[in-house]
Amino acid sequence: MAKKLMKGNEALGEAAIQAGCRYFFGYPITPQNEIPSYLSRKLPEVGGVYLQAESEVAAINMVYGAAGAGARVLTSSSSPGISLKTEGISYIAGAQLPCVIVNIVRGGPGLGGIQPAQSDYFQATKGGGHGDYRLVVLTPSTVQELVDLTMEAFEIADQYRTPVMILGDGIMGQMMEPVEFNPPKKRELPEKTWATTGCEGREPNVTNSLHMAAEDLENHNLNLLAKYKEIAQNETKYESYETGDADIVLVAYGTTARICKTAIAELRKEGLKVGLIRPITVWPYPDKAFEEVMDTAKEFVCIEMSTGQMVEDVRLAVNGRKPVHFYGRTGGVIPSPQEVADKIREIAGGVK
Amino acid sequence: MDWVRVWEKPKSLTDKMLHYCPGCTHGIIHKIVAEVMDELEIREKTIGVAPVGCAVLAYNYFNCDMQQAAHGRAPAVATGIKRVHPDKVVFTYQGDGDLASIGAAEIVHAAARGEKITTIFVNNSIYGMTGGQMSPTSLVGQVTTTSPFGRDENHAGSPIKISEMLATIQGAAFVERVSVHNVPHIMKAKKAIKKAFKLQLEGKGFGIVEVLSTCPTNWGITPVEGLKWLEENMIPYFPLGNLRDPEKEAK
Repeated sequence: MAKKLMKGNEALGEAAIQAGCRYFFGYPITPQNEIPSYLSRKLPEVGGVYLQAESEVAAINMVYGAAGAGARVLTSSSSPGISLKTEGISYIAGAQLPCVIVNIVRGGPGLGGIQPAQSDYFQATKGGGHGDYRLVVLTPSTVQELVDLTMEAFEIADQYRTPVMILGDGIMGQMMEPVEFNPPKKRELPEKTWATTGCEGREPNVTNSLHMAAEDLENHNLNLLAKYKEIAQNETKYESYETGDADIVLVAYGTTARICKTAIAELRKEGLKVGLIRPITVWPYPDKAFEEVMDTAKEFVCIEMSTGQMVEDVRLAVNGRKPVHFYGRTGGVIPSPQEVADKIREIAGGVK
Repeated sequence: MDWVRVWEKPKSLTDKMLHYCPGCTHGIIHKIVAEVMDELEIREKTIGVAPVGCAVLAYNYFNCDMQQAAHGRAPAVATGIKRVHPDKVVFTYQGDGDLASIGAAEIVHAAARGEKITTIFVNNSIYGMTGGQMSPTSLVGQVTTTSPFGRDENHAGSPIKISEMLATIQGAAFVERVSVHNVPHIMKAKKAIKKAFKLQLEGKGFGIVEVLSTCPTNWGITPVEGLKWLEENMIPYFPLGNLRDPEKEAK
């Protein structure tokens, strides 16, 4: 298939359609508006439904209804909108319904700004909503990967009956790159025998997140935990980039990882041995990638567009065995490769 | 002579024992909704949405596919279901705390979209499940745990007339307020609910039946006094009758 030059947000919309998603419920917010705009034009062409809800709260609950009714369904938003959606996300996780949620992150807190950021990491990976649940969180770093991971997200959601989040940022959504659409490896997906489709010829189905007895709810949470362990076992994804001989291992995801790669090329020319761990799933977190380099790496440096959120997971993965540094810009400021390189040079000064 | 069966429990209700308090009319309303589902033979093609509040366990009682929704979000959940299964019957069953307070936007916009769903809105002028707090439909002067000196309209505003409000929305095809405080009104309530479901089957648009209901437990009176309180206090403020009907409007 010929490559096509597409904007990230639009490519994501197309990927969802090609993954068999036929329902989108959302509410406009910058910088992800090309997703609903694209789908409002394209979904009707394939017999699907685009519906603009009255709020993010309503949108995610429409997703709950459609997912419970057995459909492949998508919603997208940006940071303040995702905050509103967290109520519904908790219910969807509790009722074990599959769906894909896109967060094209902008700076916060509050209304924040509209420039790209990575400051929703805590919200995405540490819950966001109430209760003992996890989201599978995928972090693309190219438009091609945005496409591939969006398609994969629907498969993961259906396989495990769980909501999956695509965590991008404003750059990811707005930039254009050539992409091709290749369907993901076919998984053996369980039939949606639990879906509410009308109970003709069977016992009624109920989608529910209420467990009144404490022991019932504890069992439910333990079942969810077992599922999350299985997901961690099977679905953890990461890229190790030039880490084989690296003294200094950078850790970054998404757009920031690309900036780091440019900085690494510059530093390598100067003879500094620098590599990168790029988590592709930030939940489950790729601890294994750290074990692979633990004997050789001398320092870890977490680079983020936040005041330091993922650095906590880096510290957990390193677990005190090596120093962990942090460099971040926030509020929508994008760190330049030079800034990152300067930080590494500064740290390298201490590496002997 | 052979026995002739003159009455049986609706097939659209399960055999589970209702948890509702003595004197609460949720049981009557459940029964007439279930009878309507039986009579229209739609049990196997119906998907219901249960609210948060006293009727949260409705999914245990209605013998059809059910989804349990977050507080106030039932119309949004129903929208998602109906858009996936436009050929199925989708209803929400909601109380006044759920629909008139936290879920006010969801019901208004489901009506505005002319969403082809049916809403059974059970209004008893108080929060039941959480223990008798003031609701948006508590009457002026009504004593509740959070309006201990009686609802003061200068402080807490006046009770919302949901049916009148929704009747101004173009997409609301059918709006009727009924009561279940005595048998003739129960019959009328069933008729309205049946009509609302029928209109959904005909694809006519959004339908809501507001059912005035009792809460003797949180009103602090006996079940019989409760029926009387509803008649004497609620009906004058929430007048019964049809506010929107496509047949009426066609004439």
